[in-house]
Amino acid sequence: MQISPDQWILYEWRGLALNATVVFTWGVMALLVLISWAITARLSEGTRISRWQVMLEVVVETIRDQIADVGADRPARYLPFIGTLFLFIAASNLLAVVPGFRPPTGSLSTTVALAACVLVAVPLFAITERGLRGYLGSYVRPTVLMLPFNVIGEVSRTIALAIRLYGNVMSGTVIAGILISVAPFFFPVLMQLLGLLTGLIQAYIFAVLAMVYIASAARTRPAEAAGTPDDTETGD
Amino acid sequence: MDDYSLWIAAVSIVTAGLTIAIGSIGPALAEGRAASQALAAIAQQPDASNTITRTLFVSLAMIESTAIYCFVVSMILIFANPFTEIAAQAAGG
Repeated sequence: MQISPDQWILYEWRGLALNATVVFTWGVMALLVLISWAITARLSEGTRISRWQVMLEVVVETIRDQIADVGADRPARYLPFIGTLFLFIAASNLLAVVPGFRPPTGSLSTTVALAACVLVAVPLFAITERGLRGYLGSYVRPTVLMLPFNVIGEVSRTIALAIRLYGNVMSGTVIAGILISVAPFFFPVLMQLLGLLTGLIQAYIFAVLAMVYIASAARTRPAEAAGTPDDTETGD
Repeated sequence: MDDYSLWIAAVSIVTAGLTIAIGSIGPALAEGRAASQALAAIAQQPDASNTITRTLFVSLAMIESTAIYCFVVSMILIFANPFTEIAAQAAGG
């Protein structure tokens, strides 16, 4: 049994193997780009709004509200990154019901790449928000003794982010494969339905956790903001 | 199939079963506890149910990832065990 789409080689040219992960990743990306391009090419501000534009507005609004709920001051700043993560993971998980499609998120390479994006994005957002000194200072807070634990925590949560998504999507595929060989027709369909729910929740979790990491690194601590008198955002 | 590969396969299968069996006890208890607390909180303050539900989903996924790690380890033991290849090379060469 192939537990990863990495092992499924679709095309090979002089030792350069093109595996299913790469092909389906580009497929999902092309699908997302085509849909967004087709909708945004005919945007209207009047009273006659196409139903596709309504759908896109609902998606973008919901993602922005969720980012604001997590605690970011300016959601529009994080919307492109978090929204892209969510839409890509959700699209590739939901397309798992299409026959012949293997979700690229079921491969450890894809999820590690996505988690590495989060690992890089956290210091980028934090430094632009608080400055280099403020970001590096958060590592030695409350004492210098916490420095190794903060660094380990940074790395281990990235690994956890990658393995969580990979394990959830991969387990869906493996369980469906086992059930097809044991009890065909009915049970695999139920597991596929459960897999749709799990896939959507996992996409949500990934995006929310990325946002939580970014928000906690980019938020100004109350001690630093003590000089500003009417600052209500820095509580908790 | 020589002796060493057989032993490695047997130990891997038993360990994979033990991994997922023991490793799912903790997350199962924790998820039940988290869900019951969330239900009690929603019953007490129905207005805050949106926030509670969202936090519940996030924390359930984080708790569940412990079980998922065990699942990944047992899958590696069964389908992608690195030691079977080493044993096969040692037997062959």
